[in-house]
Amino acid sequence: MASEAVRSPSRFRPENRVLRAFFQNPLALLGALLIVALVVVAVTAPWVAPHDPLELDLLAPYLPPGSEGHLLGTDNFGRDILSRLIYGSRISLFIGVIVVGIASVVGALLGLVAGYLGGWVDTLIMRAVEIFYAFPFLILVIAVIALFGPSIFNVMWVLGVVSWPVYARLVRAQVLTLRETEYVEAARASGGGAGRIMLRHILPNALTPLLVTATFGIPEAILASAALGFLGLGVQPPTPEWGVMVSEGKDFIRIAPTLIMWPGLAIMLVVVSFNFVGDGLRDALDPRQVER
Amino acid sequence: MTQAVTVTPEVRSGGADKRGVTKGEHLLEVRDLKKYFPIKGGVFSRTVANVKAVEDVSLNIKPGEVVGLVGESGSGKTTAGRAILRLIEPTSGEIIFNGVDIAKVSKSQMREYRKEMQIIFQDPFASLNPRMTVGDIIGEALDIHRLARGKAREERVVQLLERTGLSAQHMRRYPHEFSGGQRQRIGIARALAVDPQFIVADEPVSALDVSIQAQVVNLLQDLKEELGLTLLFIAHDLGVVEYISDRVVVMYLGRIMEVAPARELYRNPVHPYTEALLSAVPIPDPTVRRERVILQGDIPSPINPPSGCVFRTRCPIAAKECAEVVPPLEEVSPGHFKACIRRPGPN
Repeated sequence: MASEAVRSPSRFRPENRVLRAFFQNPLALLGALLIVALVVVAVTAPWVAPHDPLELDLLAPYLPPGSEGHLLGTDNFGRDILSRLIYGSRISLFIGVIVVGIASVVGALLGLVAGYLGGWVDTLIMRAVEIFYAFPFLILVIAVIALFGPSIFNVMWVLGVVSWPVYARLVRAQVLTLRETEYVEAARASGGGAGRIMLRHILPNALTPLLVTATFGIPEAILASAALGFLGLGVQPPTPEWGVMVSEGKDFIRIAPTLIMWPGLAIMLVVVSFNFVGDGLRDALDPRQVER
Repeated sequence: MTQAVTVTPEVRSGGADKRGVTKGEHLLEVRDLKKYFPIKGGVFSRTVANVKAVEDVSLNIKPGEVVGLVGESGSGKTTAGRAILRLIEPTSGEIIFNGVDIAKVSKSQMREYRKEMQIIFQDPFASLNPRMTVGDIIGEALDIHRLARGKAREERVVQLLERTGLSAQHMRRYPHEFSGGQRQRIGIARALAVDPQFIVADEPVSALDVSIQAQVVNLLQDLKEELGLTLLFIAHDLGVVEYISDRVVVMYLGRIMEVAPARELYRNPVHPYTEALLSAVPIPDPTVRRERVILQGDIPSPINPPSGCVFRTRCPIAAKECAEVVPPLEEVSPGHFKACIRRPGPN
């Protein structure tokens, strides 16, 4: 009956084409490798770190990089900088992932509801988004932290809560086009309710741009938490957080400039890596991208 | 002003419906269906105008009948089809399905009727969710209405795939792995999943290659015979409609121009618009010469349609009085109705 040839089963879902395009981009590949390395280091910190990050050695402060037993030297308390950087990667990555996790889940759900239901729900959510946009981000965070006290937990949820509007806007824009598609109409014709249509038909198709934005969101969160750490409003010393390390090191910038160089470099590398990956993902997911 | 198509209930021999709907009765009666899309403007989003997509459309469909709905782009045929299924809310009018006016039932009650009425879409690429497997696409309505689960659901999906000319192994694939014709078969299988009585086929073959069109039309024809389906077949191609339809409804600018049994319409068109549409159908014989009726200009704006007969601005035989009255649908011969005051009425 079906005389039209059944197409040879292609084993490739669209994702595979995207992955190929992604890995053909050298910067994206570099970024991805750096992030993988960082994750490995963060996970295996207790084994790869040469010293306890909190262990003081008051007899050997300000050791220069390359000193025996201290590859990157020691800080003003004689703590091993490399070990502190390694443990710091745990905190930075953790904060980045959790913040983006909170923000993207909250933002995506609110954007989904706003875009699909429209009407006053949409108005309410989108006005809230505008209010959040209108506030200077850091001022808001500082105000909240001042109220609740500085701690890593507070930093995470506050950063998450203030960064959801980006995701809400993004998802809502996607939803507005997706809800008019014929497959959504088909689901309605089959009696599908709003919840099923939003979660099964619209959200899965709105996830790709969300992924790109989330990739850019992680370095932003890491930077923000470092900035808060630097201001003394985030993670508290002696926890080896990169922002805190820069903050502590700044007092000794004349005697030992490397104290702020290493954590600064670490922050930069992480941020750049995630941005490379984000750029690569965005290009690879661009449907206009022609396969070579 | 009603333009009711009062088709005399003719008894169809052997047309007993599988669900025991009394034969001869109409499965679907649409009365004075209107769909206006408001245009909002100004500071307070007031309605400043209406796009009158469907205006006073009335039609009846008997069980087991295939009614073709034709008209050019912008004639409101797709909107009418969607409004009948309440995929868009009609502005006013009655849609009586199996004796119940579904235009009046609540949204939650409407879900029950969704088991009885389905739709096949025009674009086989836009109508399948790219992130769902074919099995889930076809089985979704079964899940929603809790019609089958687990093994039974799988069996039903396989049965539907095979019935539409696909095979069981296609169940775990994604839509992008299929060609346009195969995707349209998936769309048809999805519509059949709930075992509906009535299906709106919205230009189901317009987006397909000509070589595939016939296959899909034949499939629909077979399914209709086998399952006793009732179809509203929307198309802009009169050739396809002639082949599959029992009766044809011609729409222009939201209104019905002519209704007739398919053969009668093609042999003996009465409305000048139908004549123009028919003369645009290519004849596969280069030696045949015929007079072509070529319409001037474009279809007028449905925001501000012409007074009286909406077709008069492009009609070759329009007269002064055409601007004054909306021509009623009049029966010219049994089952053949026209809305034109310039053509001889019933004799």
